[in-house]
Amino acid sequence: MAKHAGRTAAARPAESAVIELRDVTRVHGDGPTAVHALRGISLTVQPGELVAVMGPSGSGKSTLLHLAGGLDHPTGGSVHVEGVELGALSRTELAALRRRSIGYVFQDLNLIPALTAVENVALPRELDGVRARMARREALSALAEVGVNDLADRFPDEMSGGQQQRVAIARAMVGPRRAVLADEPTGALDSHTGEEVLKVLRARCDAGAAGLLVTHEARHAAWADRVVFLRDGAMVDETGPAPTPDILLTGGTSS
Amino acid sequence: MSIKHGLLALLEREPMYGYQLKNEFEASTGSTWPLNIGQVYTTLSRLERDGLVEPAGEPDEDGRVIYRLTDAGHTELTGWFATPVAANDRPRDELAIKVSLALTTPGVDVHQVVQSQRTATIRHLQELTRLKADANEQNDTAWLLVLDAMIFRAEAEVRWLDHSETRLARSRSRRGEPAPTSVTEDTPAEVRR
Repeated sequence: MAKHAGRTAAARPAESAVIELRDVTRVHGDGPTAVHALRGISLTVQPGELVAVMGPSGSGKSTLLHLAGGLDHPTGGSVHVEGVELGALSRTELAALRRRSIGYVFQDLNLIPALTAVENVALPRELDGVRARMARREALSALAEVGVNDLADRFPDEMSGGQQQRVAIARAMVGPRRAVLADEPTGALDSHTGEEVLKVLRARCDAGAAGLLVTHEARHAAWADRVVFLRDGAMVDETGPAPTPDILLTGGTSS
Repeated sequence: MSIKHGLLALLEREPMYGYQLKNEFEASTGSTWPLNIGQVYTTLSRLERDGLVEPAGEPDEDGRVIYRLTDAGHTELTGWFATPVAANDRPRDELAIKVSLALTTPGVDVHQVVQSQRTATIRHLQELTRLKADANEQNDTAWLLVLDAMIFRAEAEVRWLDHSETRLARSRSRRGEPAPTSVTEDTPAEVRR
């Protein structure tokens, strides 16, 4: 699969998209009390692309992320990861694909307190059947990539929030995974640390990963190539592909 | 902010002629605020008229005049730095006025106005963020400060839009009106009074 340069958001054939949602609907319950969490969402994320989803709480953005990551099932439409339709997989196959292809960064970091940073990052690879020494090597390089390789032997409670979040991103991206899903990954971090986390995510996508980021912070969404807006489960607008930044230079002048 | 005070601040560093002022001005605002040389000369002659700058000697062989700050100019500059910028020095209320008029003008969908603005502002925020990502943490500090200011301002605008939408939804439910089914739907102007 050819890696394209990213930063172009034009629709591509399904084969090149890492994440693709086709006319996805999610209804909770049925009859008159049914709640339409998502109504006919179509969205693709290409390699090298970071897409942000914004919307008020209850707009369906977390549902969208869970569906894209195979953690929930659509009631209509289909979800494809690396060209594979998730709905066609058995439970075991789905679990394997989730581990192999998708990295998750959630608000709660879910680092295991009894494991060091490098052990936390190596864990999903060991679950994939990678030999311990190899998994450790991959984990160290994932930690180096997010700039915290010097913390490899520390336990989560010996790290700051920002450092833990970097470790969580390293864990999400360790090995050959190309899809990274992030739900408010900056959580309660201060604005500088939060920005560092976004930079790491941005760098991962520039290196070829496909990122889907859910956030209510405009400043964080702005790191994405494209921002889509959800409201009441429907996509109401999107920013479209990135323009060149000349617009800034024509700003008003006054004396 | 005025060009006037920008030029005074540059001349406080050292005397300069027009083109130097233009280049230094643009360098210190990271080229976000390009000046044309005409603006620089007009401003300089106004400053000279008001006694805030003066020529530092005869024109050189290319006819360029080097200007320097006078004592009055120095006082003016000190006062400028000591005075906080007042909110009404920035005529940025057009958006607030537009949204409140959208609410009371028949046939205008205020939610559409809010969403169009949000998309545009986020797009602007994306451009600023790209410039920030390209800037050098060590060498571009002045430029990064300017960028951060623009980023925080754009972010505040988005937060205000979010807040306005919540306020609109609340006032609608208090009046017992249903929520709009879709923001994008093309509703013709229903009631014209």
